Amino acid sequence: MADQIDLNWTDPNSVRKAIRVQAPQAIAWKVFTEQLDAWWPLAVYKIGKTAAVNAVIEPRVGGRWYECGDDGSTCDWGRVLAWEPPSRLVLAWDINADFQYVPGLGTEIEVRFIAESANTTRVELEHRKLDRFGDRRDQMRTIFDQTGDWGKLLASFAQAAERATD
Amino acid sequence: MINAERALDALGDPTRRRVFAKLRNRVCTAGELAQGMEVSRPAVSQHLQVLRAAGLVVVRADGTRRLYQVDSRGIDAVRRWFDGFWDETLESFRQAAESAANEKGRP
Repeated sequence: MADQIDLNWTDPNSVRKAIRVQAPQAIAWKVFTEQLDAWWPLAVYKIGKTAAVNAVIEPRVGGRWYECGDDGSTCDWGRVLAWEPPSRLVLAWDINADFQYVPGLGTEIEVRFIAESANTTRVELEHRKLDRFGDRRDQMRTIFDQTGDWGKLLASFAQAAERATD
Repeated sequence: MINAERALDALGDPTRRRVFAKLRNRVCTAGELAQGMEVSRPAVSQHLQVLRAAGLVVVRADGTRRLYQVDSRGIDAVRRWFDGFWDETLESFRQAAESAANEKGRP
């Protein structure tokens, strides 16, 4: 994927990713923090028992980060550790290697939104403190770090392109 | 509804993993699966029930025989869990952010 940038990172307790987005920094921030239902793969990356219809990041330090089920239930994922719109967000990811919520587990996701031009934003993501997964750190690092296959990305791209041209 | 958690739970059992592994490249009956395993045929049938409920295996009738085979839907769900969590998630985010930027740019 041309727009995904290889950071060649080797810290065993951290996964780093970056992507270039053709959108202004403020929009990138807004979509990331307020419109998770538009992009988070809720069909698979969820932990609740019911189908997930949205995920919410409460816009303040200490706010909850949680998924919303179609029956009105919510299911915590973590907390907001830093809230600095439109440039920096740090979230606690308190979901363990069995995909159960464990309050205080404390792996961290830092997201930086860097304006490269008026209409281009570089988004850097680091998922760190993976040592909090204990002896399953390497397994989890693989899950978070691995590059998805081209076929899936192309299929996903085709869907988005179709939506955009509707 | 097929989801990765159920599939992963089902594969958490070592005997079920062996049953499932045997089905990877072929279609067969519960009796054939039980051959060479240390568990009884009824036990194999029970494991097949769990694999079916998890969306990993499907069964079809062939005359009087019931033939089991891998259900690719369950495999896809599991693969998505393990394939590039952040790559997939960020790519999806990029598409959403660019759609939002395009909408805003329109007159």
